[in-house]
Amino acid sequence: MNREPLIFEVSDKGKRAFRLPKLDVPFRKDLLENCPLRREVEGFPQVSEVEIVRHFTRLSQLNYAVDIGFYPLGSCTMKYNPKVNERAAALPGFAGVHPLAPAEYAQGCLEVIKRTEELLCEIAGMDAFTLQPAAGAHGELVGMMLIRARLTDRGDPRKVVLIPDSAHGTNPSSAHLCGYQVREIKSDGRGRVDVAGLERALTPDVAALMLTNPNTLGVFETEIKKIAALVHDRGAFLYMDGANMNALCGICRPGDMDVDVIHLNLHKTFSTPHGGGGPGAGPVGVKKELAPYLPVPVVVRKEGRLVAEEDRPESIGRVRTFNGNFLVVVKALAYILSLGAEGLREMSEVAVLNANYIRKSLEGIYHLQYPAPTLHECVFSDKLQKPHGVSNLDIAKRLIDYGVHPPTMSFPLIVPGALMIEPTETEPRRELDVFIEAMKAIAREAKESPELLKSAPHAAPVRRLNETAAARNPVLRWTEDMKEPSRT
Amino acid sequence: MSYISLSDKDKKEMLDRAGAASMEALFDSLPEEIRLKRRLDVPDGLTEPELLARLEEIAGRSAYGRCLSFLGAGAYRHLIPTVVDALSSRGEFLSPYTPYQPEVSQGTLQVIFEYQTLICQLTGMDIANASLYDGASAAAEAALMANRLNGRPRVLLPRSLHPQYRRTIETYTRNTDLELVPVGYGGDGRLDLGELESKLDDRTAAVLCQSPNYFGVIEDIKAVSDLAHRRGALAAAVVAEALSLGILEAPGRMGADIVAGEGQSFGLPLGFGGPTLGFMSCARDFLRQLPGRLSGLTVDAEGRRGFVLTLSTREQHIRREKATSNICTNQAWCALRATIFLETMGHDGLRELACQNIHKTRYALEKLSGIPGVAPRFSGPVFNEFVLRLPGKWAVLDARLREKDILAGVGLEGDFPDLKDCVLVNVTETHSREDIDRLADSLREALR
Repeated sequence: MNREPLIFEVSDKGKRAFRLPKLDVPFRKDLLENCPLRREVEGFPQVSEVEIVRHFTRLSQLNYAVDIGFYPLGSCTMKYNPKVNERAAALPGFAGVHPLAPAEYAQGCLEVIKRTEELLCEIAGMDAFTLQPAAGAHGELVGMMLIRARLTDRGDPRKVVLIPDSAHGTNPSSAHLCGYQVREIKSDGRGRVDVAGLERALTPDVAALMLTNPNTLGVFETEIKKIAALVHDRGAFLYMDGANMNALCGICRPGDMDVDVIHLNLHKTFSTPHGGGGPGAGPVGVKKELAPYLPVPVVVRKEGRLVAEEDRPESIGRVRTFNGNFLVVVKALAYILSLGAEGLREMSEVAVLNANYIRKSLEGIYHLQYPAPTLHECVFSDKLQKPHGVSNLDIAKRLIDYGVHPPTMSFPLIVPGALMIEPTETEPRRELDVFIEAMKAIAREAKESPELLKSAPHAAPVRRLNETAAARNPVLRWTEDMKEPSRT
Repeated sequence: MSYISLSDKDKKEMLDRAGAASMEALFDSLPEEIRLKRRLDVPDGLTEPELLARLEEIAGRSAYGRCLSFLGAGAYRHLIPTVVDALSSRGEFLSPYTPYQPEVSQGTLQVIFEYQTLICQLTGMDIANASLYDGASAAAEAALMANRLNGRPRVLLPRSLHPQYRRTIETYTRNTDLELVPVGYGGDGRLDLGELESKLDDRTAAVLCQSPNYFGVIEDIKAVSDLAHRRGALAAAVVAEALSLGILEAPGRMGADIVAGEGQSFGLPLGFGGPTLGFMSCARDFLRQLPGRLSGLTVDAEGRRGFVLTLSTREQHIRREKATSNICTNQAWCALRATIFLETMGHDGLRELACQNIHKTRYALEKLSGIPGVAPRFSGPVFNEFVLRLPGKWAVLDARLREKDILAGVGLEGDFPDLKDCVLVNVTETHSREDIDRLADSLREALR
């Protein structure tokens, strides 16, 4: 395998990949005379266009991607990202509009925002949405701020947010950033919220319960109405992490379960590309009581025109610049309009079918700690392979050799050695079967030749990477004295 | 249009394997009372041609495209080389997740590593993260980071900071112990150093100094940093127009301890404001308090070079409520575009691009200032934006110019009551001399 050098290592003085048109105004020597200017940007690359194109094309070939094959990362919803959505987002009437353009010049953009908000309200059963948050965690932060603002207006912001032990790490982190202490609540033997435990934990200083539903095991919180009633009875709010909304569209609506606040991940349920880690979008939906607190700007219809309102006295304020990750919103809108009502329901149905197909195919071969029925994902563990000295990490790395991306590992934390599998609805059956057969083969290998797993991957661009060494001696940028380590 | 890949036969056989009698039955675990008993009130699905027609119609309602626009104020129209779109749209870059499995993510990880290097080089700092949401949230993270580093509760915010950045910082810090203290500006549009000195004390965590500031004026980062350091406070430079780093001395070389900014100018379209790119860099000593992901160098089992996400013990998925930030998903693909943009521009191209902005802006400033009654509001040096004071009501002039589809700039009175009838004008390399002349002629006419 040829390694791709860093661009800095192929840079040479004077090479250019782009030329600017000649300056068409007078050249002046006296500009910025009193400002400290830099003579150079030390080490900044100088390469040709051919080198740029080959560099990034080769780098792209070192990536695995949804466009290449099955990518069953649990909780990440790695579904296919339709190409037409990229084209939609590139339309000049969206991509070329300045965010501070007066409303009369940006009606199309404002329409996208308003229309998407309305559709999300219907899909999630909420009264109002904001599209400002840039990602799920940003949405969580906004959601907690809304709750805090409302409670403060009621007279006491309270102190504590309850979070199940199966939750994403962003939940406690977001609650903390909003000034709350986090109290963890235990899951019961079936992997659901222990309602009796919740009732005990719901002290008068509790501001909210943050609940993921279906939870990170893929298990639906069947007592959700009872949970909501308990939370509301104590004057607290029910926050739903909607990361797993892909299981529920057209089936049931969080708003109908008495959820007060929800964030959705457009980059999960609504198929905007993950882009190697972002950008996403984390719209937040609320019930009427919390709507006045939504971040600004809020798009409203006035005299037949759409305008972005900034002056809203009860709002928590701004959470970022301008209008959110707008072009991501365009892609999500394109997806919703493509699928329509029937398509959205079919999306969730098939997502659940695919997950259950995998679950049933691998049950018994891999350990399932929680036998409760699951929806869009299932969480196995390495318990049956552990006696052979093989861990979930080894299984994951070996999967790479079979040409599929590993599932999410070691999460949720309540399942030791977790392998969290979410196939999504867009997978062909053939690819599901390839995965299932690979998992079965790996289970056999774990017994017969565990070394094969422990030294995996064997067929990737690199062998297993030393993460400990990276953290012990962090090298986070190229410097001139950097040498490629010699092969052993 | 559906993106389902199963045939009817597949569905039937798979339901059998799953032990479910029907699609409905897959949801038997859901209580009846919460089931949606009707079809969602969402229109029927569209085919690709129908979808494009619908969205083209909506996009067409944005009349901005026909305008000659000088709007800037934190979002700038710059050239985007063709290779940026061509390469960044590859499915191998668009459709992977965060590179948690490094062996099959070396492309993304190396891009992030190169991006971190470029940001370090431009800002003059030791380390940079893999991106944050945008410039405003990056500035807010810088304020929180400063507080974690020295435990002090006050953050000084110049009034010349982008108003949306200030408001974002207010929101982010509302539920913390941080106190935000404004610092005024002088007649040159720069931070009032006297006032800064008087407001700095040993409870001050940091001063956040934007340069070029909201008025386009280039700040004296060195003087600001020196004053901050004298009281043991940190100096955080905020950069809303990252292209300026191509020619202005790096903040890190003028004493800044943290640099936070907006990278939209590097190959990202205006996009009605997003997605863009927050960046952050700092001194190596602050590594443990830096928010966000990091790509680091390592070796594989055969001793070959490779890259991994590293130091994740700072992050929420490991540290939960004790993490340095709640950020998880960032703006990785925007960082990819910035990386392609910067490497394509290269050392000489970036500098030339920045210089063209300065020259065209100076040309516009002089041309517009030649109109009777029109004058620069501030005397300080500018990069590619400046504030003009107009001899008539901005609202009236703006309306007259809009009749000709000219958007001359962003009116400032709403955010700065003392800047009545002042307008912030942005000029970049995308404006031709004719564009600038047309603005000047039209303004002259509008004033008649």
